[in-house]
Amino acid sequence: MSKDIIEVNNLNTYFDDHHVLKNINTSIKSNSVTALIGPSGCGKSTFLRTINRMNDLIPSFRKEGEIYYDGKELYDPSVDVVDLRQKIGMVFQKANPFPKSIRDNVAYGLKIHGEDDESKIDKIVEKSLKAAALWDEVEHKIDESALGLSGGQQQRLCIARTIAVQPDVILMDEPCSALDPISTTKIEDLIHELKKNYTIIIVTHNMQQATRVSKYTSFFLNGEIIESGLTDDIFLHPSQEETENYITGRFG
Amino acid sequence: MSNNLETVNRSDNMMKYVFWGLGIITILILIVIIGYILINGVPHINWEFLTTAPKDSGASGGIYPMIISTIYVTFIAVLIATPIAVLSAVYLYEYAGDNLFVHLIRFCTETLASLPSIIYGLFGLAFFVEFMHLGWCVLSASLTLALMAIPTIMRTSQNALEAVPPAYREGSLGLGATRWQTIVNVILPAAIPGIVTGIILGMARAIEETAAIMYTVGSSIAAPVTVFDPARPLPLHLYMLATEGISLENTFATATVLIVMILGITFITNYIVDRYQKKMMGE
Amino acid sequence: MNKHLEEYIVEKSLLIVTVISIIIILLIIGFIFIEGMPAIQEVGLIDFVFGMEWSPSNDIYGIFPMIIGTIEMMIVSLVIAIPLSVGCSIFMTEYANTTMNKILKPTIQSLAGIPSVIYGFFGLVVLVPFVRDTFGGTGYSLIVASVILAIMILPTIISVSQDALLAVPSTYKEASLGLGATKWQTIYKVILPSAAPGVITAIILGMGRAIGETMAVIMVAGNVVQIPGSLLEPLRVLTSNIAIEMGYAIGLHYNALFATGIVLLIVIMILVLIADYIGYKSRVQGSGDL
Repeated sequence: MSKDIIEVNNLNTYFDDHHVLKNINTSIKSNSVTALIGPSGCGKSTFLRTINRMNDLIPSFRKEGEIYYDGKELYDPSVDVVDLRQKIGMVFQKANPFPKSIRDNVAYGLKIHGEDDESKIDKIVEKSLKAAALWDEVEHKIDESALGLSGGQQQRLCIARTIAVQPDVILMDEPCSALDPISTTKIEDLIHELKKNYTIIIVTHNMQQATRVSKYTSFFLNGEIIESGLTDDIFLHPSQEETENYITGRFG
Repeated sequence: MSNNLETVNRSDNMMKYVFWGLGIITILILIVIIGYILINGVPHINWEFLTTAPKDSGASGGIYPMIISTIYVTFIAVLIATPIAVLSAVYLYEYAGDNLFVHLIRFCTETLASLPSIIYGLFGLAFFVEFMHLGWCVLSASLTLALMAIPTIMRTSQNALEAVPPAYREGSLGLGATRWQTIVNVILPAAIPGIVTGIILGMARAIEETAAIMYTVGSSIAAPVTVFDPARPLPLHLYMLATEGISLENTFATATVLIVMILGITFITNYIVDRYQKKMMGE
Repeated sequence: MNKHLEEYIVEKSLLIVTVISIIIILLIIGFIFIEGMPAIQEVGLIDFVFGMEWSPSNDIYGIFPMIIGTIEMMIVSLVIAIPLSVGCSIFMTEYANTTMNKILKPTIQSLAGIPSVIYGFFGLVVLVPFVRDTFGGTGYSLIVASVILAIMILPTIISVSQDALLAVPSTYKEASLGLGATKWQTIYKVILPSAAPGVITAIILGMGRAIGETMAVIMVAGNVVQIPGSLLEPLRVLTSNIAIEMGYAIGLHYNALFATGIVLLIVIMILVLIADYIGYKSRVQGSGDL
């Protein structure tokens, strides 16, 4: 049994007066995939962005309660948000490669963290692209603009970019929502590979995807976690009526 | 009923012609003005005109010192204005948020952008020439023009920063980059085309300006060597030739050089910026 | 910790650079007032603003004819420029095909780029003789100054009102067309009203440019200090007054020219405030984005 890498105690978040997350208590197991499901606007993306403090960018954001990562409270003044985001990487809903070459995209994180040994960078770039199952497709055009790649390739590039800085946790915010089925399959295969080395939290609207990729699932509704547990349990024997209604497609 | 439909359609069609007419008039105005100047000016432009100094207060001879003056004064002005304007834009958009200070700055830059150039001229005379004892020289004129160019460059740069997709910013911060690293490595490179356009607009404003430099640059016919030498940029020379009726031919030729310079810079930059943007977008 | 120090230093340095804009504007206002106030004190505010005579050799400084001249010239040029420029911006957003837009965009850019001395020179060699030969008089006149000025403010009004028109949500247009309105009815009844704050801002910016223009006007207006009684009479505007006489002004005359600058400065700042207010109001109401 793997250990809890993230623990959330009585988390409440607000945008101005809008109470988005209500009394969230949950934990995330390391080296596994946790899926966050629930209807649009239920707070799952907000939860994800609270974990790597991306919500700090929004001035009206406010939080109560604690999130422990490796035993340390994330919002503690002594926590360096920049280091934190290096350890807890994020893949966004829409692939967002920088308008730079493929190589520079993957090397970006390394360079900003002070790595300037070009041969070392080249090695990590190759390793990351291989880990993201993209290397074979881009090897010959590594110095071309990343914006020339297809949507699915761009998303895998963003994953490569994230793993290049060697995070512990990868947050994925509906990484396949803008992709076709074939690209989606590739990313799901990739997630299976990645969970050996990383803890993955993935927000998804796609029930099948949640069952395919995750070991654990949390069901969000109106800013609360209705139910958490092993994915198999949640989908086969949900204990709450709302969960059952949602996964059988009765609302949402 | 069908009759009614027809009248409605007819008036709609008529308005279509009216608007097409207005669009075409705008184009014609430009063609007439530029065409008239070029037709009368181009025949008098030759190598000698571009490379010699004026004689008989401009009645004959060339405009070499004026071309040098224009380039000199404009270059220094842009050199001073660009860092101030671009860094201010970065601060306002990336750091300041939305507060009273930002509104105050915006009001100041809007006012600066709307001030008549003669006001800048007065200020340049009172402040740089007299108060700072710089005298009539390239530096006084460049400083005055820099003040005029700042709001132009600043506003365009700010628009360029706003146009950078927020996803780039999130992507970079999500990788653990600091704000400044994100700005330098991702945001500024993506905003460069817009910022360059802004610098060119500022430069064009500085090249064509007359009222602001009339009483700051002096009016020497010799080409300036140091920034403390007086000079006579092209627009000022043109103004003197035209109002004193010295030589119509040379006036047309000078006007042609000035137009070609400004439009040339504008369109070459447009082209380069376009190319850069396409390359960045992976085409 | 190093990173934080760097961020802190960067942010504070940028803040300092940004404050330069405020310092510049304070310096400009400060110096123009310092140099101009002695004249207003000496002449008296009322006599300065409403005085009919400007005669530096007798130390008489009244700028009323120039104020009226400036206003007349601004009105005539707006009357010419508004239909043409607002019409052209409607043409560009609603009627023009891509080819026309591809021609018009650089056209407007070029019109904005042409130096004012070139406009002035064109007026001097083409319009002044034309008016002289057709209508008599010297040709240096209110009408020539206004026509040249109208052309000069075209690009300002066109580009700002085009932005306002483009900001009108396409759903408004679709809704109106869907109800069976013609294109012109849609433009007139739906698009223009919702773009109105932006178009008005565009016109105010055009006014500002018209009041502030110096060189082109000097070259064609004749510069006689009088209230022009007709379109064919010469006039002198506030900006020209400064530019023409600054070269040889000393003592009270020098101060009086800066005092003319004070009047200009105040008028322009009022216009900026109005434009700002309209922009602010339209933002608050959520219609259009300026």
